[in-house]
Amino acid sequence: MDNEESKRLLELLTARRADLLAQWEETVGASLRGRVSTAELGRELGELYDAVVDAVSKGGLAGRGEHFAVVRSLLVELSRTRARQGFTPTETAVSIFALKEVLEPLLAGSVEDARAYLQFARLLDDLGLFTVEEYARTREEIISAQSQQLLELSTPVVKLWDGVVGVPLVGTLDSARTQVVMEKLLQALVDSNSAHAIIDITGVPAVDTQVAQHLLKTVVAARMMGAECTISGIRPQIAQTIVALGIEFGDIPTKATLADALRHALMEIDKAAAARPAGLL
Amino acid sequence: MKEYPADEASREEVEIRSSGDVVKARQAVRVLAQQAGLSLVNQTKLVTAASELGRNTLIYGGGGTARAVIVRDVARVGVWVSFSDTGPGIPDIEQALTDGWTSGSGMGLGLSGARRLVDEFELDSAPGAGTTVTVLKWAR
Repeated sequence: MDNEESKRLLELLTARRADLLAQWEETVGASLRGRVSTAELGRELGELYDAVVDAVSKGGLAGRGEHFAVVRSLLVELSRTRARQGFTPTETAVSIFALKEVLEPLLAGSVEDARAYLQFARLLDDLGLFTVEEYARTREEIISAQSQQLLELSTPVVKLWDGVVGVPLVGTLDSARTQVVMEKLLQALVDSNSAHAIIDITGVPAVDTQVAQHLLKTVVAARMMGAECTISGIRPQIAQTIVALGIEFGDIPTKATLADALRHALMEIDKAAAARPAGLL
Repeated sequence: MKEYPADEASREEVEIRSSGDVVKARQAVRVLAQQAGLSLVNQTKLVTAASELGRNTLIYGGGGTARAVIVRDVARVGVWVSFSDTGPGIPDIEQALTDGWTSGSGMGLGLSGARRLVDEFELDSAPGAGTTVTVLKWAR
């Protein structure tokens, strides 16, 4: 690290702080087109500016060094806010790269200045890439959180009647979703004190052996808790496919529609009630 | 399997690396089946077969490629689908095609069931040489 250059840069950055910061804010503000308030942008960039000056004065221009820890944590925060607010990666990284643009005319005068500028530009490139990386990481976190939410959302357990709960399944049934369905169904059986469960697969586009296996496991688990499970929503094409595949549902009752399944469950409840002699039970 | 003239414009290729890709391949097959005018039952059968074979490619073959295309014969249209991997291959093909036999934790119906779901079925495999399963379903 050439001390002359970082010293020259530091002098410039410190002496013309207000001026440079204002220009920086203006350039960044133009690219964000007013979607971040001026006050907020001023605060963000001001903190960042001071942190960069501080880091350079402590340890020079190596962007990945220890002394840039504060700068990096500020950049993490900035990237995260931008990603959450729906800005593009370019709009995020430009916050850093705009500083190059601001410094360029000031440092184009002499060979020494140009050298200092190039070194500083390299540092800013490094920091810019870092913001993009952070941005991507945040987006990935958001996506995985959303798919988790979707998993929860798409498997409601509804009470259809006293003692009957239903699970309308929609979409592709994989191991992860089956797990969620099973957990929710078993819990709902206990919570609502139900002895009948109906799993409706009208919204499942294809029933292959994996889906069938998952369904069977769910039914077996419900049975272990003393509940009777019916599978409904078997459309003609699904029935023919299941037969051709050779899957057997054994003694699990299956119905074409949810209404049929509900009628079946109510009849079972009726039967149980009729068989009960008037008395303690 | 006999070669039929393919409708090149409809050709689809999906890399299978995750269970999400199996869904993608399945959807591509469904779109082609609809384009080829397969009945709803035959669409569902072909899509289910593709789902089974795609999952086999992923689980037992360690990933591979799904290819699908609309083919034409003299007076009929169909969808041709192939799944190939470069995995360990199948040592005993007859056993693999037996109902209820599985080397994994499934029901043992995927491969044999897929054969029953389609009109033409071909299994090409040798230990260490990977596996290619080709199926064809005609619109009727």
